[in-house]
Amino acid sequence: MSVIVFLESWEGKFKKNTWEAALYAAKTADMMGTEAIGVTFGKLDDDAGAAGKYGLKKVISLEDGFDQYDNYKYAEALQKIASENDGHTYIISGTFNGKALAPILAVMEGAGLITNVTALPSSVTPLTARRSVFSSKGFVDYTTEAQKRIIVFVPNSIGVEEGEGTAEVVGGSVSLGDNPAVEVKEVDRVKGKIPLPEAERVVSGGRGLKGPENWGMLEELAETLDAGTACSKPVSDMGWRPHTEHVGQTGIAINPNLYIAIGISGAIQHLAGVSNSKTIVAINNDPEAPFFKAADYGVVGDAFEVVPRLTEAVKNFKANN
Amino acid sequence: MKVLVCISHVPDTTAKINFTNDNKEFDKNGVQFVINPYDEFGLTRAIWIKEKQGGTVSVLNVGRAETEPTLRKALAIGADEAIRIDADPTDAFFVASQIAAVIKEGGYDLVIAGRESIDYNGGQVPGMVAAMLKWPFVNACVGMELDGDTASLIREIDGGKEKLSVQLPVVIGGQKGLVEEKDLRIPNMRGIMSARTKPLHVKEAVEANRQTTVGIYEKPAPKGDVKMIDAENMGELVRLLHEEAKVI
Repeated sequence: MSVIVFLESWEGKFKKNTWEAALYAAKTADMMGTEAIGVTFGKLDDDAGAAGKYGLKKVISLEDGFDQYDNYKYAEALQKIASENDGHTYIISGTFNGKALAPILAVMEGAGLITNVTALPSSVTPLTARRSVFSSKGFVDYTTEAQKRIIVFVPNSIGVEEGEGTAEVVGGSVSLGDNPAVEVKEVDRVKGKIPLPEAERVVSGGRGLKGPENWGMLEELAETLDAGTACSKPVSDMGWRPHTEHVGQTGIAINPNLYIAIGISGAIQHLAGVSNSKTIVAINNDPEAPFFKAADYGVVGDAFEVVPRLTEAVKNFKANN
Repeated sequence: MKVLVCISHVPDTTAKINFTNDNKEFDKNGVQFVINPYDEFGLTRAIWIKEKQGGTVSVLNVGRAETEPTLRKALAIGADEAIRIDADPTDAFFVASQIAAVIKEGGYDLVIAGRESIDYNGGQVPGMVAAMLKWPFVNACVGMELDGDTASLIREIDGGKEKLSVQLPVVIGGQKGLVEEKDLRIPNMRGIMSARTKPLHVKEAVEANRQTTVGIYEKPAPKGDVKMIDAENMGELVRLLHEEAKVI
């Protein structure tokens, strides 16, 4: 028996959440008394052996035919690797690709699929994992008795701890059957921005910022903190900021270590998407703003004064540490 | 063009979430139910397709009779017929099996489901339906143009977007971007009147596995009291974020 983990890469590079998946798989395999095996796709610039620092002993690298992400091809390849290595449990990080891949793989394998998982499994026989429901307004344990099972965890749920070691990387190949065809025409990534689901720190703005022309100070704070930028639903609906920045119940759900909400009142729909953040700072000129009830730290004041002051304070801190 | 839009019946976004029966069930008491917001974008988009190039829009829900007002609302917005599979939608594999069975009979060209429902947030059903039918699947779809049998689609990816081309039929996991918020259709009086006489077919569920079981619900631990920081003293906030919260 083994645990198979999808080690996702982006243009040949791994990210922190790749290693979080490796660590999640290694810890799950430990609980099962077995080993976790990583699978990489496409040609890589980064060294997959680094997975050893997160507990993996072996990584299978599939190069030919996998440069472009494809739901069915990737799912079938994972299934073949699992069947050659007696894999019964799959670990997948809940990235956009991971979330698309998992249900396809679940049907191919007749597997029990548990998504939106926020912690390591609480049991492995049968497999039980805690997941978030009702947009983080509740949590519940899901259990599957199926022989094959798949866990998709929310990025930044268990974090990463770097240890020692190098994984053995072996080349692999799989022959694929006929799969539904999807042709990728163009990939357009925003350069120099930290994508939201993986951002460890997020600075977010609401209507209180009064207009898109005022986002400069927010972006400066974000840059100083190495943070991603986000916004509330009204801000995205008014077209001040792109949809991809909308966090909340009907946008992206995030759980960064630090979430700074500026000029956001804290409507229940907004809180649903951000309440899993480990630390929340609310900055608002209205002392009655509901966000203060959901925040760890609150600042009542004019954002146009407070934000530049905070940026300065962070810069000072960085200069002295 | 025959379009099927999968509709989840979910608590309104402002609903207070409570659990009942020893925390084994969601407490529906006093909760207003709505069309899943992610599904609304797909529904409006499907109606646009019908208006532009002809065809029909069917809406489908797997649920008990209590979901019929939600299906009627979809009919009032402009769908032509509704199908309800009479079963408890407690497991994604089971629900996807029901939807796939309807599609196999129905001869649809395009299936749109929300990328997730705002109650269980599983995001599993659309991909499972596609895999059961061996149709292409494009998730988190934020743009769609149809030209004959070819769909040009845009999907969200980590840190950007990807443009794709597929041959119909296809299953789409939809969200805002399929249409914009301001373009969402809402029922008008004529729609509401005509919805009363549009067909709503109730079907028996087909045999299918349930792969997961649900345990005891819990609410998130309440936050401790907020610590207020003087707006003049951002150095103090940075100190706390470093020393106490350990996030910078």
